[in-house]
Amino acid sequence: MEFEDYYKVMGVSRDATQDEIKRAYRKLARKYHPDVSKEKDAEEKFKQLGEAYEVLKDPEKRAAYDQLGKNWKAGQDFNPPPDWDAGFEFSGGGYTDAGSAEAYSDFFESLFGRRSRSHSGAAGGGFHMRGQDHHAKVVIDLDDAYNGATRSITLQVPEVDASGHVVTRKRTLNVRIPKGVRQGQQIRLAGQGAPGVGQGGNGDLYLEIEFRPHPFYRVEGRDVYLDLPVAPWEAALGGKVKVPTPAGKLDLKIPAGSNTGKKMRLKGKGIPGKKAGDLYVELKVMVPPADTDRAKELYKQMEKELAFNPRASLGV
Amino acid sequence: MNDEILNGVLLDEDCYLSMAELSRACSAHAEWVISLVEEGILEPGGSDMRHWRFSAPALNRARTTRHLQEDLGVNLAGAALVLDLLEEIDNLRQRLARLER
Repeated sequence: MEFEDYYKVMGVSRDATQDEIKRAYRKLARKYHPDVSKEKDAEEKFKQLGEAYEVLKDPEKRAAYDQLGKNWKAGQDFNPPPDWDAGFEFSGGGYTDAGSAEAYSDFFESLFGRRSRSHSGAAGGGFHMRGQDHHAKVVIDLDDAYNGATRSITLQVPEVDASGHVVTRKRTLNVRIPKGVRQGQQIRLAGQGAPGVGQGGNGDLYLEIEFRPHPFYRVEGRDVYLDLPVAPWEAALGGKVKVPTPAGKLDLKIPAGSNTGKKMRLKGKGIPGKKAGDLYVELKVMVPPADTDRAKELYKQMEKELAFNPRASLGV
Repeated sequence: MNDEILNGVLLDEDCYLSMAELSRACSAHAEWVISLVEEGILEPGGSDMRHWRFSAPALNRARTTRHLQEDLGVNLAGAALVLDLLEEIDNLRQRLARLER
């Protein structure tokens, strides 16, 4: 386990006031909030930040952490000394998110986790409560939306072990991704959330679909966009060309006199479903390289025989 | 690890959530869901409160609102504004992606 420098995470000095810590938290929380931020590692950063704030905002925890942290640097191998927290009382304001499937770091858990959570979830006789719903994301490829797939996902589930400590257990599920899913949609798995108390049933698990970016398809809702490179003669003379789709190759008839930027719609070839999306193809004329004498000769011949001024519309 | 393959329910446009399902999925009370409707963050179908039905995208909006409230201390009016702006940013990003190709 590595030592976590909570002051460094929050970008404040060790003698920062509680107000300064709060301000730093608010500012960074806005920056890295996973619902708002488009930063790559926003979720990870936001978690670290929440953990740091959980400790530093609470004067009791902060004092205990300071006591402990004087000689440690971030990343150093760390084990809490026995009775490190003797003389400190962590009252309330503890773990605010005990039911969530997300876990704090091992470092946090070893210091504050067990103590503050051992109070939660006490189940007296005759008490029934449905388990909480859990949420997770599942990243899939566009191909999976066209064809359907099976994905295995691993969740971290907090659990109380025999000695009353909260431990994080890994749980792996195989989930069918139905054909026709779209970015942001949810799949509900009944009874796969947190276990209920007494005779309360289990909660549900919601999986939010996220597409991995594709090197050449772009997805908007159920429609898919593709830039299709074509040769100058294919664009000028028209003809049949091959188009890739996540469901396999198709033939597309290009009208004569096409040019770069020409948009064509392949109806129903987007993401399938009750109402299938469309595939929009935008032509992009590619210039063949003049890398042989023969090719150069052909270009020169075109120059001579085609009265073509590509800048006519610019008046030059 | 267990080899069973789970089949879930895809929450598509034909799928609606009841008030109870939505509040449970957000770990919130029904009163909280009502306050989101009053703020205009959610627009349920159905004749009156007892018959409200929420579309699947409402779940994403409600969850984002919950996170904004809990993590950033944003109030409901602020969350409504953030949601609108996020949607606009999303549209602009898509346009930008289209233009940058």
